[in-house]
Amino acid sequence: MRFFSFKGGVHPPEMKELAEDKPVQKAEIPSTLTVPLVQHIGAPCTATVEAGQTVKEGQVIGAAQAFVTAPVHAPIAGKVKKIEPTLHPLGMKAMSVIIEGEGEGQKEYLPPLGDDPLRIDVKTMLERVQQAGIVGMGGATFPAHVKFSPPKEKRITTFIINGCECEPYLTADYRIMLERGEDVLLGTKMIAKILGVERTIIGVEENKPEAVENLRRLAANSRGEVQVLATKYPQGAEKVLIKALLDREVPSGGLPMDVGVVVSNVGTALAVCEAVRDGKPLIERVVTVTGNGVKTSNNFLARIGTSLQNLVDQAGGTVGIVGKLIMGGPMMGLAQSSFEVPVIKGTSGIVVLQQEVFMHEGYMPCIKCSFCVQACPVRLIPSRLSILAEAQDWKQAEMYGANDCIECGCCTYVCPAKRPIVQLIKTTKSMLRKLKAREK
Amino acid sequence: MGKEADALILSTSPHIKSTESVQKIMASVIVTLIPAMAFSVYQFGLYVLAMYVVSVATCLISEYLVVRWRKRPFSLSDGSAALTGILLVMVLPPKFPLYGVALGAVVSIVIGKQIFGGIGYNIFNPALIGRAFLAAAYPVWITSWVDPRIGVSSVTGATPLAQMKFDAISTPIADLFLGRIAGSVGETSALLLLIGAVYLIVKRYVAWKIPLSIFLTVAVLGGIFHLISPARYPNPLFHLCAGGLMIGALYMATDMVTSPITGRGQIYFGAGIGALVIVIRLFGGLAEGVMYAILFMNALVPLINRGTKPKIFGTGARNE
Repeated sequence: MRFFSFKGGVHPPEMKELAEDKPVQKAEIPSTLTVPLVQHIGAPCTATVEAGQTVKEGQVIGAAQAFVTAPVHAPIAGKVKKIEPTLHPLGMKAMSVIIEGEGEGQKEYLPPLGDDPLRIDVKTMLERVQQAGIVGMGGATFPAHVKFSPPKEKRITTFIINGCECEPYLTADYRIMLERGEDVLLGTKMIAKILGVERTIIGVEENKPEAVENLRRLAANSRGEVQVLATKYPQGAEKVLIKALLDREVPSGGLPMDVGVVVSNVGTALAVCEAVRDGKPLIERVVTVTGNGVKTSNNFLARIGTSLQNLVDQAGGTVGIVGKLIMGGPMMGLAQSSFEVPVIKGTSGIVVLQQEVFMHEGYMPCIKCSFCVQACPVRLIPSRLSILAEAQDWKQAEMYGANDCIECGCCTYVCPAKRPIVQLIKTTKSMLRKLKAREK
Repeated sequence: MGKEADALILSTSPHIKSTESVQKIMASVIVTLIPAMAFSVYQFGLYVLAMYVVSVATCLISEYLVVRWRKRPFSLSDGSAALTGILLVMVLPPKFPLYGVALGAVVSIVIGKQIFGGIGYNIFNPALIGRAFLAAAYPVWITSWVDPRIGVSSVTGATPLAQMKFDAISTPIADLFLGRIAGSVGETSALLLLIGAVYLIVKRYVAWKIPLSIFLTVAVLGGIFHLISPARYPNPLFHLCAGGLMIGALYMATDMVTSPITGRGQIYFGAGIGALVIVIRLFGGLAEGVMYAILFMNALVPLINRGTKPKIFGTGARNE
């Protein structure tokens, strides 16, 4: 059987077997949660509560006066201990609300809107998505209500639910598709109504046959189609997914809506369902805790603000000498400097890897093997870009399409000279941004 | 916990890497050459073994000295210098004087590779630079052949290509294919070279488009001339199996550093080599032209790469 696919890409060891058969387990709620006020792309929130104040679970604790932003809610009922800058998963210090509480307490959810999307009007649903603080749960953390309200001139015809989960190790989306299939489909219907699309597709990689079967069974009498894609990284990268399913290329510098498409993660669909149907704001999410550096890999339903240390402990603690603590998957995730950083809305997984020799190795000059050229899903010449970056020839690198890089890391994964190609391209991009800012 | 936190490695993604490495690639190429090397020692005697030893040793020493002098961190462990040493001997005649071999090895590494900046930066295939130097410096030795232990012996010990060109004597294809002929050390057995290269192609260490494009061009152009005048021009199979074409197409033209990085570029590159080989063999003053064909096309690689830059995702006009 042929699956939808794309040219290029890589096949890293999947490592999903560590956690794929572990049903999502409610994580124990720690007594202290650190909730950053920036958990999305866009305007940072300011605290709407004060130290010493008691909060209810689901109460807004941070908001901003802007369109591109998402409010932050109290994940538990308790007392605001402090509001201070803490270490953020992105590497900087960011303002956070620290809440002390005793697990589940008094709730302050939004009013439920019912489970029939046909009977709720679009504006109400969109408003709810915004109020519930929903962002892209795949890791991009772009505010969902912004994505769901494209400018009028962009007609959206297709809505794609991204169930690829092409990152090795991660199994959170897989478990959601297996255990919460109905809710995912309901959320999908809600988003489809908001967007007014004719077609919805759920794309799942071929290595998750049970998820495909489950969703197909549930979707049998609705309009949503479930399509199977080849297991290949980065199948779930937005642009790559659209190309594979619809053979449309998002124009250089453009967004999926430029080709009439909106893509959301399965986790986002679930969050939308819960927000609309149950009035539940985004205060918890499924997080895979896995890797050879943890004792028992598991999938947890964890409250936002839970420290990584806490979740790793619930997974039996660390094993061996930990080399890397990664938030997200191993291909695109962020290496963390401390176990104290909290789970945020975009935390799809925590991968703990034991230290290995290659993590310390240096790199060699490019030997022009062209492995990266073959692997690049957006048809760049990564080797050339890395050389241009070393020469600090930013302008030339721009001509070679540095800004089109989707930072999937395939080039760096395959490079036999172990060159940090993506890192060099990321540097190029940030230099180009600086140059552009200076020109203005 | 504190201890662990101190040890956490911070670097950008991806946090996992494939198991490929430059060392592994070079080692694989060397291993696949062993059958052809063993056969060459059997065919032409132990003296050939001495040539390999001298060449590889000289390459390693030259590389070491230059790298040290340039204060570069890259050591000999990547295997590329040793590979150059082996390939150089494989394209030399079997009784080439040892000091000549050593000289060629120095030129290969110093002029062919290190002058450009070492591994990854050279424009021309280092082993072929060494051979080109020796061909110019010792024109008699470079065409002094030895009869093989098994195979057709000729009075002159001349190679099939020279016999074809200058005496109009043709050699049976089977002898060419199996290596029962006179010729350079490592180029005589097309079969053993092919077996090694197939492994490299499967491992993706050799870009199959390059040899395929060379073979097709040689076969088609050789075939056309053969049809025009079968008496004057040999048939395409002869072209494919004779001389340095096999080793050139499979092991020299496919050198990663000096060949194009785009798929389309690799096809053009191979076609250019194939065409030049036929032109030199049929109309040039030399019996064999693989070396110059490859060196010439090496020089065009930057241009080919630029001209065949793939169209970046989202810059076409194929959208609905």
